[in-house]
Amino acid sequence: MMIYLDQAATSYPKPPEVIEAVCEALQHAGNSGRGAHHLSLAASRLIFEARYEIADFLGAEDPSCIAFTANATESLNLALFGVLNSGDHVITTELEHNSVLRPLYTLQERGVEVTILPANPQGLVDFSTLGVVVRPNTRVLVLTHASNVTGNMVDIEHVGEFCREHDLLFIVDGAQTAGFYAYDLRQSSIDILCFTGHKGLYGPQGVGGIYVKPGLALRPLKVGGSGIQTFSKTHPNQMPEALEAGTLNLPGIAGLMAGVRYLKNVGLDMVSNRECELTGYFHKAVSQVPGVKVYGEFGASTRCPIVALNLCSVDSSLVSQLLAEEYNIYTRSGGHCAPLMHGALGTGELGAVRFSFSHMNSREELDAAVQALREIVLRAGRGELL
Amino acid sequence: MSGTRVVVTFRTTTQAMAWEKACKEAGLPGRLIPMPVQISAECGLAWLIPPLEKDILLLRAIELNLKYADVIELQ
Repeated sequence: MMIYLDQAATSYPKPPEVIEAVCEALQHAGNSGRGAHHLSLAASRLIFEARYEIADFLGAEDPSCIAFTANATESLNLALFGVLNSGDHVITTELEHNSVLRPLYTLQERGVEVTILPANPQGLVDFSTLGVVVRPNTRVLVLTHASNVTGNMVDIEHVGEFCREHDLLFIVDGAQTAGFYAYDLRQSSIDILCFTGHKGLYGPQGVGGIYVKPGLALRPLKVGGSGIQTFSKTHPNQMPEALEAGTLNLPGIAGLMAGVRYLKNVGLDMVSNRECELTGYFHKAVSQVPGVKVYGEFGASTRCPIVALNLCSVDSSLVSQLLAEEYNIYTRSGGHCAPLMHGALGTGELGAVRFSFSHMNSREELDAAVQALREIVLRAGRGELL
Repeated sequence: MSGTRVVVTFRTTTQAMAWEKACKEAGLPGRLIPMPVQISAECGLAWLIPPLEKDILLLRAIELNLKYADVIELQ
């Protein structure tokens, strides 16, 4: 029987209601905003309901604050290219995923100044240096809410307070935290939250979203059909349609809405507590396996359900391969699209084997994973792994 | 079809959907129709209301903090 411990890549299994919602949308809805017949209105209503549910779930001011995208990467591109101009300065960290770093490198070529705060060997960033690196032209601070490698979370309220004090736009990558952390965006200092639908929110792949604080305008990445202001030569600037050119991923949005409703029904507190409990259980057990090195900081109370590790100096991809092929345990190996973080952790050559959990996982599954690691370590000790 | 028709117009589809949801919940009259072509509108949807209900509907819209673009009478 397969054991899925790669929840940080995408959640699995999806709740049955998510699958049903995707099928329902394909069977009973047309194209949103492109007409007033029954099927088109059904699509428009579904998308509005999804905005409403997500806005409510994230504590946003209004459904119009939520625009749908394909994923967190698109949302982050939208946010960064949408607000930064040549001559602006942006601050980020070594914790970041390439979905933040690569847009910033591209913007750097276009005249944007970039400062990257270093992470220490535990993968933590000292944010007390913010006051040193901020400049008169600093416009944005962008960071991940939780490292997708170690799972350690950033105190976003503390960082957000700095942003408020220095009049910086605060952009947060919530790829690993939406569906785990209880956002209250109305009260938060987050200006833009980028999230994906297919991880902690239990939606299908290919759908995500962006929250934009009321009053903040972004340059869109795409312009074109919107169903409104047809005879204008320019794309409408009203949220959320301003950021949603082209036909939306209706089945994906339907599934995402069902995922959010699922979380509301089972309770976000229950989900987070269960995942923290599983993470602590696995960390404690795996730390006792000889030769295992776990990355990140586990004393802090705020972390995502992720444990990254290596076995002695065995290539992480080989460990992940053995787990999959011989034990039917699915994990992720390699660099996890976070190159600077691996530099900080000293895992640039090995990468790391990442175990990530959802509340649907069981202690028995984690026990099996720990036992498999014990056996792989023994085989490595006997020189059986090449 | 003859007589006067009154429509509420919207800047975005999202506004139209929010309007419909609120009206249904509040038991207010009307329904969504395609935007009449004689109106240079921003959204492709309009809310058709009985002419006699116009004032009370708009009063409730203000109370409910609903957003819309315009209210237009069509002959």
